[in-house]
Amino acid sequence: MNETLSGIALEDVRFRYPDMEMHFDIAIPPNAITAVMGPSGSGKSTLLDFIAGFRAPESGRVLIGGADVTGLPPDRRPVSMVFQENNLFAHLDVAKNVGLGRSPSLKLSAADHEAVADALRRTGLTGKERRLPRELSGGERQRVAIARVLVRNRPVLLMDEPFAALGPALREDMMELIATLQAERELTVVLVTHHPEDARRVASHIAFVENGTVAASGPAADFFAPDGPEAFRRYVGEAVSAGDLPRFARKPT
Amino acid sequence: MADRRVLAGIAALACLGLLIGGAFLGLVLEGAGDWSGALAASDAYLLRVSLFTLWQAALSTLLSVAPAMLVARALSRHPSFLGRALILRLFALPLALPAIVAALGLLELFGRAGYLAGVLGWLAGGDWPGIYGLSGILVAHVFFNLPLATRLFLEALDTVSADQWRLASQLGMRAAPSFRFIEWPVLRASLPGVAGLVFMLCITSFTLVLMLGGGPRATTLEVAIYQSLRFDFDPARAVMLTVLQIGLTVAAVYALSRLGANMTGDANLSVASPRPPAAGPGETAFNAILLGAALLFVAGPLAATVASGLQADLARLASEATVRKATATSLVLALAASVLAVALAWSLVAARRALAASRRSGSLLERAMDTGAGFVLVVPPIVIGAGWFMLVRRYADVFAIAPAMVVTVNAAMAMPFAVRAIRPAYDAAADRHDRLCAALGITGWTRLTLIDWPVLKRALATAGAFAMALSLGDLGVVALFGSDSVQTLPYLLLARMGSYRTADAAGVALLLGLLCLALMMVADRFGRGTVR
Amino acid sequence: MRKIVTILFPALLAFGVSPAVAQEKTLTVYTYESFTSEWGPGPQVEKAFEAECGCDLKFVGVADGVALLNRVKLEGAGTKADIVLGLDTNLTAEAKASGLFAPSGVDTSAVHVPGGWIDDTFVPFDYGYFAVIYDSEKLPDPPKSLHELVDGDSAQKIVIQDPRTATPGLGLLLWVRSVYGDEAPAAWAKLRKRVLTVTPGWSEAYGLFTKGEAPMVLSYTTSPAYHIIAEGTQKYKAAPFSEGHYLQVEVAGMTTVGAANPLAKQFLAFMTGPKFQDVIPETNWMFPAGKTDKPLNAAFDTLVKPEKTLIYNSEEVEKNRKAWVDEWLSAMSE
Repeated sequence: MNETLSGIALEDVRFRYPDMEMHFDIAIPPNAITAVMGPSGSGKSTLLDFIAGFRAPESGRVLIGGADVTGLPPDRRPVSMVFQENNLFAHLDVAKNVGLGRSPSLKLSAADHEAVADALRRTGLTGKERRLPRELSGGERQRVAIARVLVRNRPVLLMDEPFAALGPALREDMMELIATLQAERELTVVLVTHHPEDARRVASHIAFVENGTVAASGPAADFFAPDGPEAFRRYVGEAVSAGDLPRFARKPT
Repeated sequence: MADRRVLAGIAALACLGLLIGGAFLGLVLEGAGDWSGALAASDAYLLRVSLFTLWQAALSTLLSVAPAMLVARALSRHPSFLGRALILRLFALPLALPAIVAALGLLELFGRAGYLAGVLGWLAGGDWPGIYGLSGILVAHVFFNLPLATRLFLEALDTVSADQWRLASQLGMRAAPSFRFIEWPVLRASLPGVAGLVFMLCITSFTLVLMLGGGPRATTLEVAIYQSLRFDFDPARAVMLTVLQIGLTVAAVYALSRLGANMTGDANLSVASPRPPAAGPGETAFNAILLGAALLFVAGPLAATVASGLQADLARLASEATVRKATATSLVLALAASVLAVALAWSLVAARRALAASRRSGSLLERAMDTGAGFVLVVPPIVIGAGWFMLVRRYADVFAIAPAMVVTVNAAMAMPFAVRAIRPAYDAAADRHDRLCAALGITGWTRLTLIDWPVLKRALATAGAFAMALSLGDLGVVALFGSDSVQTLPYLLLARMGSYRTADAAGVALLLGLLCLALMMVADRFGRGTVR
Repeated sequence: MRKIVTILFPALLAFGVSPAVAQEKTLTVYTYESFTSEWGPGPQVEKAFEAECGCDLKFVGVADGVALLNRVKLEGAGTKADIVLGLDTNLTAEAKASGLFAPSGVDTSAVHVPGGWIDDTFVPFDYGYFAVIYDSEKLPDPPKSLHELVDGDSAQKIVIQDPRTATPGLGLLLWVRSVYGDEAPAAWAKLRKRVLTVTPGWSEAYGLFTKGEAPMVLSYTTSPAYHIIAEGTQKYKAAPFSEGHYLQVEVAGMTTVGAANPLAKQFLAFMTGPKFQDVIPETNWMFPAGKTDKPLNAAFDTLVKPEKTLIYNSEEVEKNRKAWVDEWLSAMSE
């Protein structure tokens, strides 16, 4: 569906927080799922913010599909993003929330309505068009967000711990959905997650972020190999041992 | 997009700057060449007046704001009981009452000849001496400001998300811990703003201070400013005193701002309407007593005002063309002022938010958008009025601009209230929506109508109603510019009082109160049915 | 910025158009607000004068006498006022010093005010005496002199007005000064204990009094007439003071602008005549300063007639006002 595959590159991107300095230099491969992992507060969300355009770097460039997007506002970038929460407008119903992906002023043509209906079908939300977000379960709300990603039809999909608040079975379903959609639409997906099993299941690449920088990146297989990056193995070890605990109380990074 | 919001805020600031700057320019041009009065102003009298001004304002603020937090909390803990809506509407009424009406209403209860004089005298052991003196000033200021602060705090408490309440009930939090962990942080975040607002209102108090203060010991700077413009006709001194008043207020409000903390909690999508966990029987009883006391304190003088209003020949009043015309004039001016005030406030709140979210957070400009703009409150209307009068008379007919002037000054004076009412809701909505809107490219008009308006409608309606109430009750600006062309209800009220027609005046006061109540109901209806 | 412009602009436009409306001869009179109110003399005076002159009489109401003078001073030689009506004798020296008023040229021999009237610029239209009004049901034994007021029972309170903001307040200040002279501060220090509160204006003080907060209030000897005529009650009375009462004379003057308008002089002459004077007693609640056609309502005969009239001349007031007010402030603030 996409004419060109969109790889992402952050070239020498720097940003200073009062207590921490960020420095990213990474190439994210097109038409693949890359999992971004790393300890809390290491800068994973900031990395996504640079790609999405919510934050402007102090120096360096952000390239998507070879084009420099550093100066573009979020909505002009070939990017959709799904947040952990607050993906929906509480006062708008499901169809409208999805429709916003087509037209930010909700001026929808017949074709747009068709696309919305189609996206809702794909995400299993048919029949819930008129519901308000508060009448949906947590999983359904994230499905609405994904339906909107479908109608927006951008080549890059960023997800910041999108299913952290969902139960394991539900999370598994959602991961399957993402994997299917990625393959179907040849999306470049960047997924921030704390769960090694998510990464193992759907990601072909992994970027490991630590202390405001990309400590390691490469094919997922290399990371999970016995001779994978040491810091990553240490982190995964911790994450797995802590992984059985409920995660919804964890603060997003 | 952020930039456009900041620009709107800067435009709003420029409006206010123009309003005050123009007035100062007018006064300075007039006073140019004779600054002797301004210099002579720095004497012992002034020191005493300044100290008293600050002292009474600080006490009034404390006595208004501290109970208001508890009352607001009680109202938020009990989101649906019979009469709650009425209490909220009643709490907006004092603002709409001209000071003289409120003072007489208070005295009907607490005065030497008041309904409570017997009880109070018995308690005091002797004849009740009335509330003249500092106590009278404080009682009157609390009457005006406690309801105001309550409503503003409630507006802030309404932004607590349902998840937090769920968490609280899950953790089994009772009144004290839930106050400490959930309500207090929200209240504390809005405390400097609300307290600053109340403080400024008390700083500029004039009629109440003189009327209930018991003598010239109770003199505020505002009185000195008024005197310098009216009796001494010394614009230079008026400017100097106004600058002093602003300076003192800035210092005091800065001190107040140290009390607050900025709220940086994670704001979540409110999926259920926030409903605090049910209060236990002990707390319910406590809250009932608290609300009852606050209601009595506020409703008592209002009831007294109504009682004396009912003794007037209301049928005759209603049939008078003058009364009807004044009602229409009042409504039109108040409506215009309130729309302008809300627009100004909205621009400022949005700009402040945009600045706070940017890297320039904490900048001077950001603060100017918030508390800074509020300092317009401590510029006495008589100074703005007289200054513009002096400036405009060189170019235009002063009477012709009177309505515009009344609307603009009232809007500027009401703007800080509107800011307080809008900001919590706006910031909470912005937390939820800013990134999403940026990601989806929802901007400008679309964002306004599709996203902001439905979410902010209620807060905007509250702000508008407040602004309208304030403008309805305004006398300062109108009295200055008032001419036959701009006769408002308060103006008519004072005119009737000034010609012995006390009963008529009471009737007009009643009309004013009813009008305000009706407006509150319209605003409520208008803001209802929205999702937070 | 744009908002202000959009609001001001129509107003400015309206201004640009409005002067064209004056199609017939017009006389513009600035006066205080209560004069033009529908209960005041304004409407009747307007009707009577317009019938006589075949012109358009336009009243412009400004808050009170002090604001009136400030307004005219502000507008300076460009003022629209032909006549300024409603200054009192405490203000005339200052008004004259402004150079904005022209000699009236009106024969004031028909004018009657206590102590007579000699002034070529200002013409009196009414007068009254300041007095302590008391509620006879609550205070059967009112003070009979200023001294008794000062030295009397401090549990019996009086409400007065602030001389910094209100004309009656300044009146009492001058009254005390004219009786006590340099002993005035000591008298104020004693009187302070009897003062319930000091209000910014007459309305607040009178409101407190009629609400029953204090049995006495500073007002005018004519105040009881209102209660007798309009309310039919005798309970409010003026207390006659043996030292005499301080006089307030209200005057009108013609501006230098108005000197070019023949209607201005005609109005001043009309003002001293019966058609104007008949209206004054029961609308302005003051004594007429000229001949009336109708006899005054009987209620006016029951009012206190001061044994002695106290008044400072205008120049003295202007010279000392600030010092005396400061003196009052420190005596009252101890």
